[in-house]
Amino acid sequence: MGKKTGVYLCQCGGNISNTIDLEKVQEHIRKEKGEDVEIKIFSHMCSGAGQKLIKDDIESGVFDRVVVAACSPQFHEKTFKAAMVKGGLNPHVLEIANLREHCSWTHKTEPEIATTKAMDVVDASIAKVELNIPLTEKKMQMGERVLIIGGGIAGIQTALDLADTGKEVTLVEKLPTIGGKMAVLTKTFPTEDCSACIISPKMSDVQDHPNITLYTNSEIENIQGHRLHFKATIRNKARFIKPEINMDECLACEQCVQACPVSTRNYWEQGVIDRKAIYIPAALAIPFRYIIDPETCLNFKEGQSCSICADICPQKVIAFEQEDEIIEKVFDTIVVATGFDIYDATEKAVFGYGKYKNVVTALEMERIVDHISEPEPPREVGNRVAFIQCVGSRDEQIGREYCSRVCCMYSVKLASLLKAAKPETDIYVFYTDLRAFGKGFEEYYKKAQKMGVKFVRGKPSHFTEHPFTKQVSITVEDTLSRQVIESDFDLVVLANGMGLSKATDPIANFLKLAKSEDGFLKEAHPKYKPVDTLVEGVFIAGTAQGPKDIPDTVAQASAAASRVMVTLAQKEFSIDPILAFVDQDKCDGCKLCIDNCPKNAISMNSNGKAEVEEALCLGCGSCIASCPTEALDLYAYTSDQIYASIDAMLSNKNENEKRILVFADNNCTYRVADALGVRKMKYTGETRILRMPSSGRVTLNLMMYAFKKGADAILVGDCEVNNLRVPWTSEVAKKNIEIAKARLIESGVPGDRIYFEEFNAGALQRFVDTVTKISESIKGFEPITSEVKEGLCQRK
Amino acid sequence: MPKKIKLTDKGAEFLKQIEKLSGETITMCDQCGTCSGGCPFVEEMDITPSQIMRKTMLGQMDVLDSKTMWICASCFTCTVRCPRILDVSKVSEALRQTKLRQAIDNIDIKDISKEDAEELPSIAVVSAFRKFTS
Amino acid sequence: MKDNIKIPYFPGCTLKTTAKNFEISAIEAGKKIGIEMVEMPKWNCCGVVSSLTSDDLMKHVAPVRNFVHAEEMSEKGTVNDSRMLILCSMCFNTMKNTNRRVKNNAEDMKSINDFMYLEKDYEGKVEVVHYFELLKEIGFDKIAEKVTKSLKDMKIAPYYGCMLLRPKEIGIDNAEAPAIIEDFITSVGAEPVNWDAKGRCCGSYHTVNNKDIVVNLAKGIIENAHRSGADAIITSCPLCAFNLDNRQKLIMEKDPNFKTMPVFYFTQLLALALGLEEKFIGLEDHYIDPKELLKNKNLI
Repeated sequence: MGKKTGVYLCQCGGNISNTIDLEKVQEHIRKEKGEDVEIKIFSHMCSGAGQKLIKDDIESGVFDRVVVAACSPQFHEKTFKAAMVKGGLNPHVLEIANLREHCSWTHKTEPEIATTKAMDVVDASIAKVELNIPLTEKKMQMGERVLIIGGGIAGIQTALDLADTGKEVTLVEKLPTIGGKMAVLTKTFPTEDCSACIISPKMSDVQDHPNITLYTNSEIENIQGHRLHFKATIRNKARFIKPEINMDECLACEQCVQACPVSTRNYWEQGVIDRKAIYIPAALAIPFRYIIDPETCLNFKEGQSCSICADICPQKVIAFEQEDEIIEKVFDTIVVATGFDIYDATEKAVFGYGKYKNVVTALEMERIVDHISEPEPPREVGNRVAFIQCVGSRDEQIGREYCSRVCCMYSVKLASLLKAAKPETDIYVFYTDLRAFGKGFEEYYKKAQKMGVKFVRGKPSHFTEHPFTKQVSITVEDTLSRQVIESDFDLVVLANGMGLSKATDPIANFLKLAKSEDGFLKEAHPKYKPVDTLVEGVFIAGTAQGPKDIPDTVAQASAAASRVMVTLAQKEFSIDPILAFVDQDKCDGCKLCIDNCPKNAISMNSNGKAEVEEALCLGCGSCIASCPTEALDLYAYTSDQIYASIDAMLSNKNENEKRILVFADNNCTYRVADALGVRKMKYTGETRILRMPSSGRVTLNLMMYAFKKGADAILVGDCEVNNLRVPWTSEVAKKNIEIAKARLIESGVPGDRIYFEEFNAGALQRFVDTVTKISESIKGFEPITSEVKEGLCQRK
Repeated sequence: MPKKIKLTDKGAEFLKQIEKLSGETITMCDQCGTCSGGCPFVEEMDITPSQIMRKTMLGQMDVLDSKTMWICASCFTCTVRCPRILDVSKVSEALRQTKLRQAIDNIDIKDISKEDAEELPSIAVVSAFRKFTS
Repeated sequence: MKDNIKIPYFPGCTLKTTAKNFEISAIEAGKKIGIEMVEMPKWNCCGVVSSLTSDDLMKHVAPVRNFVHAEEMSEKGTVNDSRMLILCSMCFNTMKNTNRRVKNNAEDMKSINDFMYLEKDYEGKVEVVHYFELLKEIGFDKIAEKVTKSLKDMKIAPYYGCMLLRPKEIGIDNAEAPAIIEDFITSVGAEPVNWDAKGRCCGSYHTVNNKDIVVNLAKGIIENAHRSGADAIITSCPLCAFNLDNRQKLIMEKDPNFKTMPVFYFTQLLALALGLEEKFIGLEDHYIDPKELLKNKNLI
């Protein structure tokens, strides 16, 4: 080998040396390793003197790799790495042996066990470090280019915040105007300020901002994902109006609109007022420009060639031949603000929506109420109006368990506005629970009650339409008086809940964004990373993450903007060198690994071999198990390194002893074991803990090798699903474990020997209970015969 | 007249027993009234279907004296609508069975007139006796 | 798709007594459209209603016995379709419910098989299928092609009742917005009316000792059908048929202004549209005589 390993045994001021007989450990290492190692015992390795010791030793050229046997790597790995660099060595030829948390503290009352365990831990670290290779972090440059998808209030707020700080913002909206759902609302709760009035200045700001490029009527066709480097393809769909170069080109004279023979549903009026095939979406539309809707325009219907609008246009700006424009742009970060769709109540036929004339959605009611005070409102409401709460929320029959959070309050608002405009209207709100939790909400609810809106606790479940009057009869139990009401209503308003907008799905697919159980986009962490996603450089804002009202949406949008700023302020980003790599000679191009990377980081190169895109790889190691030729491997956790560690860790085992090998993921399981040490909580000394990047790294072969080398049981640990660094490693682990269990049975190994647990940081007692249980259950197991062991794994 | 009720161990045991027999977790009932609003029989009942859920949850064994469970004909309208996917028809059946297993039948063959017996289809007679006798 | 479906047929008690017209019209119409209904040589009552408690395994024995006999038919090769065809909605619901339970629960299956130790074990190879489902499988467009006497002036209220729709896992269509009977009605040339009572319970077995309930519910259903402009109601349940048809007598006693309405089994209309002789349609067995209506529409 020719190299020497420096091994430092830290006394930790007695924390380690009072329990562990370090002299004995030293003697053991000498015996095992002889001249290959240089061992030193020191009182405080983390002190300035300790660091200097490492630095000086390296400089004197005694050795070229180091094991520090001290406290857990979570405390001083960085310190020792710095000392390595100072001495002139690569920081990755260092291993930390955890003598304090995992040995001396946990087994404080059992010095012999602690000492034996310490020997194993140091042996494993030495075996591993002998195979460590120098690794370097790669740096990538970042620009200031942000893509915001969705031009509702969330996207608008994020865009303005970022543009104001000088970022290059591109905002893409699929509809012909920005403004989102807020542009459809009449007023906002609980303050009743006019929705259009508060959003329209912001919409204009977006249009006028020098740092914002706005694409409306545009869709994202593709995003090729690179971490902090995304290439997006945007389809800017034709408006069939010549682009405005000078202000005087289109006069907005409306002659085209008046002439158009087509009448169709206007989204911004929710069908309450129709529009033509050529139209300006709404009075507050940004951009304020005509558009021809090819779905309904007769010019685009087969066999027809209507061109009345083009003929009448005095400026001749109508261009039926116009084609979509495809734009390709590179971005450093992306904010997904794709919002919600209201629940499609036609899916729940019992309410009669779409079938009964006088059953409307709340969004339709927004427009009805908006026009109600006009001299001739487009739609009358009649005398008796019912609001039905929780339509498409809190209903497991349709798989929507969650509360949509805004419906109670918007119904209170619509009822209040209606009551104020038409005090004679008899209004009933049928609810299951009235949730008025926000600022000013309870007061607003009380105000509606004071106005005479009647709140009835019960969910109607029988609706019929009178064939002539078209009134809707509702049957509902008033669950407070226990009477069943059956009555006719002139208008029934469904309080549709929120669901993730369908337009989000392709975006989520391109970016591999995860969804939570409620179907909305999943945040990186529900508590402290609420606007990050698990994809680095991609953030979420607004209702795409879950139901929220306008203030919450705006707050979250600004939070997303600020997270983008923090990310971009770093100017460059480094890639952790713990990355998967492919041995090009061993790879047979089977492609099995490609689908086994949650980040799409593996692709085939021009030689037909797998290749890892380093900017994307998160180093979880889940791909490795899928490789039949062992061509895939992970830097810092190579198979050879782990085999060597396992071999060394189990090599001191006596015949009558048992060993439980714990493959501990670095984020949760390993830290739980650390925390147990800190709390001096004891668990079985049969455990040997091996640090892993994730449970997904624990391949079938590693498990089989462990049994071959003397493990009696294996515990694989990872984080609970919500806290997984790469949210699927535990799935991979479970699959691998199933296969491993089957292999054990095939090979004639008796007993249940492989366990999997998901830990959170507080699961201390569960760790103790789990290993205790395993220890109990393996007590009666016959040892695995050497013959069987041989058959488990080919590796020596 | 409003009467105070007592929450008792026996009542809690009763809930457990009905939950076991019906296979439904009655404590999950949100009391939204969907079952009652859609029930075609509700006008024939003395207390509403949601009330039998409530009374059972609170261990009020007088629920067994109500007509409601006998009126419920397992039409499953509530079953397909309950937002919590609870099956009230199974709870009704469990309550009926609790009573029937005390050897208290709810139908007597002697009450069926000869004309009726001749006219009624077998499907009606068999189902009535299956539901109303133990 | 086989040209000719030869399938075990489970009649159930009522089709052999008060609903003979249901059976004969189904069998004869079936022959015209490629369904050969082979009545099971051995069958017993299914129990009519499913027991709904968790400890009632005993009550699922009767349906399982029938499945064993159906499996035997397949083994002997007397049929070419291993499913079990049922006409009666209640039998369909009960049998399908038991089948699901034992197929999804190996322990229950074993207990029942152990209990029936003198018989062959049920292997879980039978699927329960309703006549409507078979029609849909054949294709309503194909049925329409075979129609020789289109019921084109008839407005029909499709009555599903409970047992064809609920619970969801048993139902043959969307529990709240079904369309299969509408499609059937269209296929025989008639017009399905849009009405609100298609899945409303008729009162079921309360007809035995609480007739008032049935009278109230049946009255509501028939009035709803009238309001929607229907000439007649069709059903696939002999109990619904009894409650909706025969109980009109009591409704009339209660409300002299009540307007009656004929009630058919859907297979009667199928037989009529396929041009079958009247003896195969069984128009005599109705309480409300449908012949006047059919004459008015020039169908008989």
